[in-house]
Amino acid sequence: MEQARIRNFAIIAHIDHGKSTLADRILELTHAVPEREMREQVLDSMELERERGITIKAQAVRVRWRGHQLNLIDTPGHVDFTYEVSRSLQACEGALLLVDAAQGIEAQTLANAYLALDDELEIVPVANKIDLPQADPEAAAAELAELLGEMPERVLRISAKTGEGVEAVLDAIVERIPPPGGDPDAPGRALVFDTSYDQYRGVVAFVRVVDGSFETREPLRTMATGTSFEAEELGVLSPARRPVASLGAGEVGYVITGLKDVSRLRVGDTLTSRRRPAAGPLPGYQDVKPMVFAGIFPTDSDDYPALRDALEKLKLNDASLSYDPETSQALGFGFRCGFLGLLHMEIVRERLEREFDLDLLITAPTVAYRATTRAGEVVEVHNPAEMPRELELVEEPYIKASVIVPKDYVGAVMELANERRGSFDHLEYLSEERVLLSYELPLGEIVLDFYDQLKSRTRGYASFDYDLAGFRPGDVTRVDILVGGEQVDALSLIIHRDAAYERGRQLVERLREEIPRQLFDVAVQAAIGSRVIARETIKAKRKDVLAKCYGGDITRKRKLLEKQKKGKKRMKQVGGVEVPQEAFLAVLNLDSERRR
Amino acid sequence: MGVRHLYVHLPFCAHRCGYCDFVTVVGRREQHGAYVDALLAELALERGVLAERVETIFLGGGTPTFTDGSELARLLDALPETDELTVEANPETVTPELARLLRAGRVNRVSLGAQSFRPHLLSALERRAGPDDVRRAVYLLRDVGFDNVSLDLLYGVPGQSAADLESDLADALALEPEHLSCYELEAKPGTRFTYAHGDELVRQADAMEGYFEQVVDTLTAAGYRWYETANFCLEPGRVGGRDLRARHNLAYWWGRDYLGIGMGAVSTLAGVRRRNRPGLGRYVTALQAGRTPPRETESLDEATKERERLLLGLRLDEPLSVAEVAGALDGRAAARLVEGGLVELTQNGSGDAIRLTRRGRFLGGGVTAELLEFATR
Repeated sequence: MEQARIRNFAIIAHIDHGKSTLADRILELTHAVPEREMREQVLDSMELERERGITIKAQAVRVRWRGHQLNLIDTPGHVDFTYEVSRSLQACEGALLLVDAAQGIEAQTLANAYLALDDELEIVPVANKIDLPQADPEAAAAELAELLGEMPERVLRISAKTGEGVEAVLDAIVERIPPPGGDPDAPGRALVFDTSYDQYRGVVAFVRVVDGSFETREPLRTMATGTSFEAEELGVLSPARRPVASLGAGEVGYVITGLKDVSRLRVGDTLTSRRRPAAGPLPGYQDVKPMVFAGIFPTDSDDYPALRDALEKLKLNDASLSYDPETSQALGFGFRCGFLGLLHMEIVRERLEREFDLDLLITAPTVAYRATTRAGEVVEVHNPAEMPRELELVEEPYIKASVIVPKDYVGAVMELANERRGSFDHLEYLSEERVLLSYELPLGEIVLDFYDQLKSRTRGYASFDYDLAGFRPGDVTRVDILVGGEQVDALSLIIHRDAAYERGRQLVERLREEIPRQLFDVAVQAAIGSRVIARETIKAKRKDVLAKCYGGDITRKRKLLEKQKKGKKRMKQVGGVEVPQEAFLAVLNLDSERRR
Repeated sequence: MGVRHLYVHLPFCAHRCGYCDFVTVVGRREQHGAYVDALLAELALERGVLAERVETIFLGGGTPTFTDGSELARLLDALPETDELTVEANPETVTPELARLLRAGRVNRVSLGAQSFRPHLLSALERRAGPDDVRRAVYLLRDVGFDNVSLDLLYGVPGQSAADLESDLADALALEPEHLSCYELEAKPGTRFTYAHGDELVRQADAMEGYFEQVVDTLTAAGYRWYETANFCLEPGRVGGRDLRARHNLAYWWGRDYLGIGMGAVSTLAGVRRRNRPGLGRYVTALQAGRTPPRETESLDEATKERERLLLGLRLDEPLSVAEVAGALDGRAAARLVEGGLVELTQNGSGDAIRLTRRGRFLGGGVTAELLEFATR
């Protein structure tokens, strides 16, 4: 297809603002999916995505509309995946900015809209859900127009649910979004904007051809990581996989690489031909690194191999997930896993539990710290139990956070940001009612319960987005928890010195409640180094007897005691104390519980 | 050598108390005779396992004294000679006639299910007797010459306070029983009793810690020997050197073999435990036809026997020979518990011995569970 008749676009929208529904309507109108195969939200293929209403893996779908080839590039919809979003947008010339007319713009939408504007994408503003009684299309349109410096009349008003106005959206894509540029005769260059793993065919790359063209069986190379392979198959999704002989400049499609390791083909990398290589890669490639870490342990130690297999499988489709074996004295064998952010962690956890049917214990999430020891050695710490005790300096990752709230909640947000060691950057009125607040915050303050606090203190009105902003020195310290005088490695944490006492006290109190009384008194302590900062005692039981035992009772009573002993053997022993798994769970869930 | 201990189960009751989980049958007066016939038939079938001299016989229930008088007399008459013959009795069933009947039947120990002297607690327990019935029963037994009477008390009863327990103990002591059994109420999940008293039972469970200490402190101060977890008897010094421990029950705690007859009765004979199935009809029918009643059996290997020996032996105040339970004893746990003051190592006539300290006895269940070792195969 000639480049002039191609349109590549994404849909930028907040969760639940109707992106997937609009995508469904587009597929229907363009007859891409036979009606009998139509099910809701065709593009969100994973069960989990359908349930959470979010899209994890981007996909690209080709449809035809009035003589044009439209490529809809689906973007992941969460703050943890900013880099993937930016790569998806780079594959487009335009984007629909879809906003719920009852809700207005959310922080994440705004962040992604700014990404699109930075890439000089043509933005088509769309107010959705005009069928809802509480919708205020005029206010939403005004807000969108203000943001984009457009006339409010240019904002499309639609209902993706009923289909009203969707044809106009397709027409606007053709009319307003420019065709792709790129030199069809130059050496081939294609942007990898997503990857997935097919168990029979290996790694599949989703690409946007920028220059030149690519053919099936062509030997290829990635320009940043230097991986070589042959294009086993080229094709497009419409939305079913359909092989094609070649992909030309401006087109979007997939490449079956035959690679077995997804980490060898990174999002943002540039594909070129080995026969006629391009001079340089496309701009913008980054090696994304996990910033949030947690230990994942099977509750039943027999499940360790199953957990390892499951992580291996997830990693096939998720290059940003990292995992290394970890041994905890309290929790046994498991893995220290690295995630892009908290949602990424939640998704991985849910998939492990749901798709692989594993029961897991997950330690409190921590961020990557950069510690300089007295000897001048710099180490990156992903596990609180590994934080050196003698330190010259600790640096922690910071983020630049954007929060959008109705103006009445500005005070509440400022208060929360101050409690979390935030430093104010700026404040901006998006409209008369809505304010954008920008703060710099330590990421470590976010991974605990910031987002939930934000939601509860603003009655759910706040929306939130962040970008990493580098490492800064922080006055953080390692707090250890001791049971019966012995350190429980899985419960160590790194925390700002000012919060250490409060947090230590909470943990110790919670453990006292959760560890059942034993035959002896048990001390539960929180300590910084050798200094105890909080202490509770679990008083010994005073009575634990089988009331009566005569001739007819012996078998039953024996079995009772045998079961008790075997149960003890299964419990995690710390300092001679049987700590039931529930106690670990309760402490590890302290944060998520505080949210409720 | 034959078995020296015989248990006889008499399942009949006037009423089934809400908390009861024994094998019982309400009413059925017309079947008492047939049941005693069946008992005697089973006894005849099992005669061979009994020693020439049976040391103890225990008639338990149910309410043995609810059994029709003439049938009870017929049963007692047919039992072999023995040193200790105990019958369980409910206070309201004790009449002058019954007391004489028991005496005539060579019964020399009566275990009276008093449970409490507080009317509101007796009513919560659905007991038929009132406080005065308990006292009258004791006096009637004394009148005909019984010099070994035991009272059962329950604590942790819905509605009970520490003051109620104090009064119950005082009222019981005032009757100068030779023996007392004090049990915490075990409310079984799913029973109508637990259903009716759920929240109150939770409250009682918390109070129970204090109650157990209160029971032990009060009774030992009154001159009773705390010889088994839930059992107390007058110190020998106060009764001219008599050992008033329940000899039949001691046989269980010493791990001896015993024969049980009657529906639901359990026997342990040469490493095999067997239980007659509950169900009056099947029991009677089988024995009428000259067959052994339907039973389930469990064979006890050496390791299991040792674990039982440990759990039973540690209930007593006397040291248990380590040699008897060596394979069932977790040495590391024992060392830890010795260090914590819950277990002590000592000597008895046959060498090294183990027993629980006073504090250890209050935690006997947990301590025993910890001490148990499972022989690796």
